[in-house]
Amino acid sequence: MKDLSLHILDIIQNSIKAESTLIEVEISEDTKEDLLTITIKDNGRGMDEELLKKVLDPFVTTRTTRKVGLGLSLFKASCEQAEGSLTVDSVLGKATIVYAKLKHSHIDRKPIGDIASTMALAISSNENIDFIYKHKVDGNEFLLDTREIKKELDGVSVALPEVTCWIKDYIEEGIKNINGGNDL
Amino acid sequence: MKSISELQKIREKVLSEVNLRQDRQDGIRIVVGMATCGIAAGARPVMQEFISEISKRNLLNVKVIQTGCIGMCRLEPIVEVYVPGQEKVTYVKMTPDKVARIVSEHIVNGKVVDEYTVGAQS
Repeated sequence: MKDLSLHILDIIQNSIKAESTLIEVEISEDTKEDLLTITIKDNGRGMDEELLKKVLDPFVTTRTTRKVGLGLSLFKASCEQAEGSLTVDSVLGKATIVYAKLKHSHIDRKPIGDIASTMALAISSNENIDFIYKHKVDGNEFLLDTREIKKELDGVSVALPEVTCWIKDYIEEGIKNINGGNDL
Repeated sequence: MKSISELQKIREKVLSEVNLRQDRQDGIRIVVGMATCGIAAGARPVMQEFISEISKRNLLNVKVIQTGCIGMCRLEPIVEVYVPGQEKVTYVKMTPDKVARIVSEHIVNGKVVDEYTVGAQS
């Protein structure tokens, strides 16, 4: 994966497969502590302890078509190459939380990338799932809650191309605002 | 500065076209493989480009959706086009540059772009 937003898109697919109805993505950039954290939390079916213990193993997957599942392992590798770590926690039947930690200034820390695209596509491809996207940069915060968007749309689908494009632009602008007018 | 209330405008426009848009049985589906393999190979910008192109042309009967791994990871990004009444067409090794041509030739004018299909590239 070229950047972190692609990892996030990939992990979100796990949450979708786990029949979540609410997926929360939080990115926090703290330049003072030199820390970048990414949290992806869902309310899907979760994992039992046995699966949780081995879920970071690339040869473990819930798929039946083949024996490898690389999403989490690749994300973990990307964290570790930036002096960070990745942990997964889960309560069976309730929730799963993926927590990634990276050193913000590390030379090998992948850029966040086009997170607006990641979120817009995830939102529009999954009309029945609600998303909360929170992005913090040194105390400034941008928040997007699809429940508000859906209320405003009042029955019109978030899957429509023009809505997808609007969400993408809205997130891009929101991030720029909390980042001192700069793109990521 | 963008605000959520702008969605009202989109809503009004959509509702004025609602009869054209209803979930039509004859709609075209564009399916993008979005598993780990597809994402790593560049499926996201491809999907984004399809959505932008379809929004730009205001094509009301086309849906862009995601699916998991299609099973030919080495040919990702893969896009399948389902036109009702016709055989499925599978485009492989997709890039955003190829999207405009597929939309204008295949989606709008019904002529498959043979050179991008799995038959020509595998």
